[in-house]
Amino acid sequence: MSGRELTLIQAINAGLREAMRRDERVMLLGEDIGKNGGVFRATEGLLEEFGEDRVVDTPLAEAGILGTSLGLAANGMRPVPEIQFMAFIYPGFEQVVSHIARIRMRSRGRYTAPLVVRVPYGGRNRAPELHSDSTETFFAHTPGLVVVSPSRPYDGKGLLLSAIESEDPVIFLEPMRLYRAYRENVPDDYYTVPLGRAEIVRAGRDVTLISWGSALRDALKAAQQAEQEHGWSVEVIDLRTLSPWDEETVFSSVIRTGRAVIAHEACGHLGLGAELAARIGEECILDLEAPVARVASYDVPAPLFQLEDWYAPDAGRIVEGIRKVMTF
Amino acid sequence: MSYVIHPATAADEPKPSGMDDALLVHMYEQMVWVRQFDRRLVALQRSGRIGTYPPVEGHEACQVASTLALRQDDWVFPTYRDTGAMLVHGVPMERLLLYWNGRAEGLYIPEGVKVFPIAVPIATQLPHAAGVAWAARLRGLDEVVLAFFGDGASSEGDFHEALNFAGVFRLPVVFFCENNQYAISVPYARQTASETIAQKAQAYGLVGKRVDGSDAIAVYQAVREALAQAREGGGATLIEALTYRYGPHTTSDDPSKYRPKEEAEAWRERDPLLCHRRRLEGWGLWDEERQQALERRVNQGIAAAIRAMEAAPPPNPDDLFDHVYAELPPQLVRQRDELRARLARREGADR
Repeated sequence: MSGRELTLIQAINAGLREAMRRDERVMLLGEDIGKNGGVFRATEGLLEEFGEDRVVDTPLAEAGILGTSLGLAANGMRPVPEIQFMAFIYPGFEQVVSHIARIRMRSRGRYTAPLVVRVPYGGRNRAPELHSDSTETFFAHTPGLVVVSPSRPYDGKGLLLSAIESEDPVIFLEPMRLYRAYRENVPDDYYTVPLGRAEIVRAGRDVTLISWGSALRDALKAAQQAEQEHGWSVEVIDLRTLSPWDEETVFSSVIRTGRAVIAHEACGHLGLGAELAARIGEECILDLEAPVARVASYDVPAPLFQLEDWYAPDAGRIVEGIRKVMTF
Repeated sequence: MSYVIHPATAADEPKPSGMDDALLVHMYEQMVWVRQFDRRLVALQRSGRIGTYPPVEGHEACQVASTLALRQDDWVFPTYRDTGAMLVHGVPMERLLLYWNGRAEGLYIPEGVKVFPIAVPIATQLPHAAGVAWAARLRGLDEVVLAFFGDGASSEGDFHEALNFAGVFRLPVVFFCENNQYAISVPYARQTASETIAQKAQAYGLVGKRVDGSDAIAVYQAVREALAQAREGGGATLIEALTYRYGPHTTSDDPSKYRPKEEAEAWRERDPLLCHRRRLEGWGLWDEERQQALERRVNQGIAAAIRAMEAAPPPNPDDLFDHVYAELPPQLVRQRDELRARLARREGADR
């Protein structure tokens, strides 16, 4: 398969284009996604190719965008709404948790919401206030939603295409910090990366480090550092689908290594790491050499950017987490 | 803008144009069905045979006449109080009984009946209705959406966003406000300082209309006109029908706490069924004999639906898990199996 070196944002753009070429029902809607190509340029060039019925600049109204997307999906379209930043989805939160997540259940399968809500998220991007939230827990806590977060360009396209194919509503969380962080080879053709499957992105023997989204890059750095400085062999899992998540891959790795660290950018209290730690405790207790460690942001609101490097975990803090379970 | 309120008696009123006798009679019969069914639901709640229920009584013309103006392939977006609209557009009584009895089976709306699940939070259905209408436009279908809401809903953000989208994208949707002047206990004047709901249409570039919600013919004509406009690409209409609920918000409150008793009595004099029956009698289309025959038919039909509800097999625990996702994820398979096993153990212990 031929491919090109693309950034994450370019891979997402390529994925949207592929999906729209392949399926006439796919349409995009959101604020500034047409002429402006989206605030991050995820939809650049798509208005020109697909026209304004399929790439729609909407009024500035998140509940309207998400509520009409449910109606569009229930009546035969495949909408892919974009929310500009995660903290701006809250006006439409009710539409997501009470309706999009439940329409299948509330009609016993008669109506469904096959739609993908694309949401840039996370911090350490020197963005303005309230542009850096990482509140994936809100959505992962809501049955009926699939919550996905790619951490690399290849998955950005492949997971997006799976999400658009899915019959379930998908909250597609795009780590802003990685949008242009690096390039990798992304196939030109249509391909999918399965939902609900984690990926072991670095094999190791001594400890399992589970992460996703923007923290995944720091996790990989930490794994390397731990190996170089201490000789610890760290296996890194990119969770990729945050809900419902891939227990099998996580448990079998932890049973093999006997230790687990979870690193994420959301704050720790009731962050997704809490659920992972609890489930690892329930299923792997007899194989654990140490309590499961979590490395997360502090339990404070996402701060202004001069403070965010202290707020969110970096590789150094993740190495500390690894040290804790290795020296327990 | 003011309501055209019809007098309580209309003996010498001419027959409306564009409505044949069969439709005029059918409209009345459907209102009788709705009223009797609604009263039975209240009675069933009072005797503990179903759960909390929000009564319709007083709203029959709003719900029945508006829905009768639809084609079969048009859509209805009901609130919890729109039992009448759902019945008329084809939701079987048995489903509604099961729903209000807390049964998952009641959530299912038969294939081909284009009614959305009852909106429970306020005004959230309005963006859905706009979205369904939008999809119809994009797909080149000439179906139209009729979305119900109350006066209280006009204060919600979703009302604003839905009407705004409908205006901007010129969507084939009719927003139908059953303004019964109270949102539970809070009167109209506390919802808005706007003289009417209908005038809000102007702010969105929509057509706004007010009708007498006790007058089935006026409601039918207003909705028919709005549907035709929407179907021809002329965009959305906001209709405000002035009405009154005679009873409580739901079976759980007592309206005497927040409304003067005389108010309901005054509205009963302009009762939608009474008004319409008087007209039919004036036109020689109805009499006491037909009334008796209809009531017998209605009572038998409702009794059969109640029997069907009560004969439903016991709830199925799998209903907790089915339809959460297209395919059950492993976590839910595990939890479902755990519940099945627990229930099987308990059954074993009971034996």
